[in-house]
Amino acid sequence: MTKILTKHFDEPKLHELETYKRLDGYKGLAKALTMTPADVTAEVLKSNLRGLGGAGFPTGAKWGTVPPPDKVPGPRYVVVNADESEPGCYKDRVLLTRAPHQLIEGLLIASHAIGAKESFIFVRGEYQNQYDIVEKALKEADDAGLTKTCSIKLMRGAGAYISGLDTALLETMEGKKAWPRQPPPFPTVAGLMAKPTVVNNVETLSMLPFILREGGEAFAKIGSPKNGGTVVFSVSGHVEKEGIYEVPMGSKLRDVLELAGGVRKGHKLKAVIPGGTSMPPLLEKDLDLTLDFDAIRAAGTFLGAGGMIVLDETADAVEVAHNIERFLTHESCGQCTPCREGSFWSEEILERILDGKGTAEDMPNLTRMGENITGKVICALGDTVGVIARTWQQKFPEDFKKRIPHGQAS
Amino acid sequence: MAKRVKFKLNGTELEADEGRLVIDAAKDAGVEIPHYCYHPALGNPGNCRMCVVEVAGAPKPLVSCRTGVREGMDVKSNSDAIKRAQASALELHLVNHPLDCPVCDQSGECGLQDYYMKIGKYQSQVREDKQHKGKRIEAGPHVMLDQERCILCTRCTRFVDNVTKTGELGIFGRGHEERIEVTPGMTLDNAYSGNVVDICPVGALTDRDFRYKVRVWYLDKTDSVCPGCSRGCSISVHTNTIRPWHNDGKRVARLKPRLNPEVNGYWICDDGRYGFGNLDADRLGRVLQVSPAKKDVSWETAAQAIAEKFKDGVAIATSGMLSNEDWASLKNAFPKASLYFTAEPDQVGVEDELLRKRDKVPNLKGAENLGLKSGSFNDLEKDLEAGKIKNLYVIERDLTKVWGAERAKALLRKAEFTVFQGPNKGELGDFCHYRLPATAYVEEEGHFTNFAGVVQHYKKALDPIGSARPDWEIFDLLHMAMKGVPA
Repeated sequence: MTKILTKHFDEPKLHELETYKRLDGYKGLAKALTMTPADVTAEVLKSNLRGLGGAGFPTGAKWGTVPPPDKVPGPRYVVVNADESEPGCYKDRVLLTRAPHQLIEGLLIASHAIGAKESFIFVRGEYQNQYDIVEKALKEADDAGLTKTCSIKLMRGAGAYISGLDTALLETMEGKKAWPRQPPPFPTVAGLMAKPTVVNNVETLSMLPFILREGGEAFAKIGSPKNGGTVVFSVSGHVEKEGIYEVPMGSKLRDVLELAGGVRKGHKLKAVIPGGTSMPPLLEKDLDLTLDFDAIRAAGTFLGAGGMIVLDETADAVEVAHNIERFLTHESCGQCTPCREGSFWSEEILERILDGKGTAEDMPNLTRMGENITGKVICALGDTVGVIARTWQQKFPEDFKKRIPHGQAS
Repeated sequence: MAKRVKFKLNGTELEADEGRLVIDAAKDAGVEIPHYCYHPALGNPGNCRMCVVEVAGAPKPLVSCRTGVREGMDVKSNSDAIKRAQASALELHLVNHPLDCPVCDQSGECGLQDYYMKIGKYQSQVREDKQHKGKRIEAGPHVMLDQERCILCTRCTRFVDNVTKTGELGIFGRGHEERIEVTPGMTLDNAYSGNVVDICPVGALTDRDFRYKVRVWYLDKTDSVCPGCSRGCSISVHTNTIRPWHNDGKRVARLKPRLNPEVNGYWICDDGRYGFGNLDADRLGRVLQVSPAKKDVSWETAAQAIAEKFKDGVAIATSGMLSNEDWASLKNAFPKASLYFTAEPDQVGVEDELLRKRDKVPNLKGAENLGLKSGSFNDLEKDLEAGKIKNLYVIERDLTKVWGAERAKALLRKAEFTVFQGPNKGELGDFCHYRLPATAYVEEEGHFTNFAGVVQHYKKALDPIGSARPDWEIFDLLHMAMKGVPA
């Protein structure tokens, strides 16, 4: 299978500049610097690269919304979102550990494309080791004169899940409480310090060296229509071989599962969360589903950040839903009411069901609450609160009903 | 001029300035969209999610406090889906709300109660225990904070951040444990702290002065003007006459700001808000001859006696507390009297950029507009000392504050004949020959002209005490008596 990001992961010293350079490193940047910013953006647009942090927004199109310097003069920034916090996702951690120069090169390409002279890498607070590795790589790049076109600064998060959301991340960088902003204006128009800012995920930017080196068309050819290149899944849960797997966009769910060695021996597949805990689960019947942003959306869930969690029949849907809601309750930023109160309430209801004290009204109540939260909150975390409250009981009603002693939910 | 555009609200064709917030445009058309966090003077964080509306073409409901009107927009604020969403948002606001309405001071003017009756009326599904947070936190000298009742709309923190720029309140914690707290090391004691009580849509911030005094539904509200300084903020006087045994027997329960974009916007200062103590205490209600012997007299008898003296000339010490009507009547009655009414030395104070003005009386401008000139209190002191002043007429001015109590008493004794007039007795009420009860500003109606020349009408909120009369009426009475016109 074609690999882009993890192609050279067998090289033990890939994180060092010398090795990275030997393996075609920084050639994409060299190429980009010979092109005009507009041409770089056009190339990325051609590649069908989608934002791999979860939203799947076409990267070239995002860059295109940054007002050009002759219209809005002054600084503009690229911010790398390395605040990977979605439970089940750890692909950025591996990318940062193994190939920091790939990210730095991608970041310099993106900075050239939008005319940024200063850019930032925002690393999750808990990723101390990765921070050290990137810091070291950055020093190598600085010493080699690679960051002449754009200086890169490192920043660390303070441990909030919500900071992984682009606008909350910008608030954090400005030293404020990590409360998501409500666009408009979008960050590309008014982002960090109200200046035009592109926030891209580690994986997204790491794709850029390949795109510039080999051309956007070559990248687009690897994936499925409108979904260029590859995607890295971090597979965990009840599989034989947990780990990160890079597959072309549009591969089948079955293929990824096979790469991970399938469901652990002697057990049966119950559910697959495709992109991290925030997504509605898929069932065994969905195994032939194509994994790209558009197809998976049509199936009612999301590719997210590729944090695939596989569950076998030993998992209990009430426990899973409760676990996720507990996480969301803990991480809800508290800005908007439906999320702040809804996460708390649904966790409490699920806990009551777990304790065997559920009532017949609980399931319809969760559904009603979920419907009234999703789409009526400020950010995606809030949407998730509603999604979890609804979907797990819809997909696994028997798990819920057997825990509700008196009366069946209507 | 903004472009006018046509849009539809619940099927009705309307017109508004392009970009005007849907919530405001709807209000203009008489449609109130429920909301907590939005406040015209404090911005629209869009965190309460109550004001969601359907906009044709939008994939999901939009918050009307962050959506501008566009040409051809089709907005629905009353569809079934929106009603459900709003009721659900309200329900979520109440998940951790203690529902202690019977002992909550906000009852009767609470956003949660109002919207429950308007858009809620559902059967509660909450079987869970509620979150517990701080219940009685003294945020400052005037404000009590109850974190459990708080719905975290952030109006108060935005007020201290953006209006007073003092930052005494902040949002602490995260998620359902989030709460408003007083910033460590601070107290909520800025000069405008009482306003956070007004903008709080629920019972989280209550007025320590007003708490537990009287239920709000017993209050009558009258438009008035604050006499605390020359800004002349528009206020509403809340009076308690229906249950006179409540509120410790006091008739004025509280003062609230009244929206006036030209003068004070939405706010008033704490000096004005809490400075009404003397409206119910130490009041004069009887017309009295004090010296040589204390006895009740009729207005007519007093007027005759006073006119007899004042005919020979009088020095008048008064203040900018007088209304335009009072000033006109005073000028008419005593065209030749020497007047002393400067704010100096005792009626001046702190001025700031927000509202407070240096002159702590409402209507010096009214006197100025009539061409009245004031001598200085220094000169008055000298003249009294030298025995040059035979007749002295003290109106609504506390001379103990001008000269100090002992000095003022000594000076008053130097005058041959002194008349004291005002709503309150004060320390000098017995150092005169006649004492005339005047109405307080809440017991009369009139006009104040503020420092910028804005003339405002204040209405009568309460009946006068005893036989007190407005100052202008007393001046007219004396005028007639001096002219020999029978009363």
